[in-house]
Amino acid sequence: MANLTIGISDLKVCRPPDVLVTYALGSCVGICLLDSATGVGGMSHIMLPDSTQATNGSATPMRFADTAVPMLVNEMVKQGAARSRLKAKIAGGAVMFATASDRFNIGERNIVAVKEALRKEGIPIVADDTGLNYGRTVFFYPETGIMEVRAASKGNKQL
Amino acid sequence: MLKNYDELSPVAIDCLREIGNIGSGSAASSLSEMLGKPIDMKVPNVCVLEYQQIIDTMGGPEKIITGILVRLQGDIKGMMMFLLEDSFAQVVLSTFMSADNVQVTNLDDMQLSVITEMGNIMAGSYLRALSTLTGLTIDMDIPSMTVDMLGAIMSVPIIEFSQVGDKVLFIDDGFAIDGVDIKSNIILIPEMESLETLMKKLGVM
Repeated sequence: MANLTIGISDLKVCRPPDVLVTYALGSCVGICLLDSATGVGGMSHIMLPDSTQATNGSATPMRFADTAVPMLVNEMVKQGAARSRLKAKIAGGAVMFATASDRFNIGERNIVAVKEALRKEGIPIVADDTGLNYGRTVFFYPETGIMEVRAASKGNKQL
Repeated sequence: MLKNYDELSPVAIDCLREIGNIGSGSAASSLSEMLGKPIDMKVPNVCVLEYQQIIDTMGGPEKIITGILVRLQGDIKGMMMFLLEDSFAQVVLSTFMSADNVQVTNLDDMQLSVITEMGNIMAGSYLRALSTLTGLTIDMDIPSMTVDMLGAIMSVPIIEFSQVGDKVLFIDDGFAIDGVDIKSNIILIPEMESLETLMKKLGVM
């Protein structure tokens, strides 16, 4: 069994018994997808909502919700998943610093963009631990489909 | 026009390093005054680092850190962030509130506000030094703070300045109060236009 770490603006696909993990999501969103019939699981760690707003043309498509979600789906299909069976669990999108001057409210925009991207792909969201004001580490176990969310002051929960 | 930190010349980086030194010295001496305790400053180590390197240097993404975020306005726009290890909160709270061995992930409102205020004063003092040195006007918003995982805290500047690049000015600022070593790190991210203003003012561009 291996733990595959997904960095910021990264995505990976695996099969059981491997585990996907992304550490310390703040305003970023972690997206876990699973085809439970084949066990093919995937995780993406997006940083920004919208690739069309990017002024830096060289940025990876894995950085943005609108491009990372289809990319993850395609990668999973390549490895044997059926698009129609995919289900999603998502976490992150916090507002880390509560100030009036959080002019971007990027956490919330990331959540909205991820939900929209999943809707476009026709993938239902079966668990959601997003928003609020704290960081989250996310483990995703394709074997059981469990998404485990660990937070510094809130303990662990399994979704 | 500068596009990102990679384009800074070695001279410009030296200059930023010097600014870091002066600002840190000034911030530490206001901390010393407030605490009524002498502070031994170590020579700060100032460098331009990638976010990932900062996270690795400081102990990994899940390390619990006190982060104080200050937004800058005026001639220099951007963000400054204090990243303070446990020992900072411990010293501050034991000095002002006689609270020892507090759990930093579980502070009450009063304790949070004391630490925020301390960050506020240090940031103000840092920026005054920078402002005096350059003749530029630098205003700051009211700081906000959180105690959380380093990676989650760092996601804020990473996201906000993702257009600018993945490197920032990192000031590694050790000092000791009453023989207790305090590790404090500061990251300074001026917007590119402001960085250019700063460089011109200092005559290195």
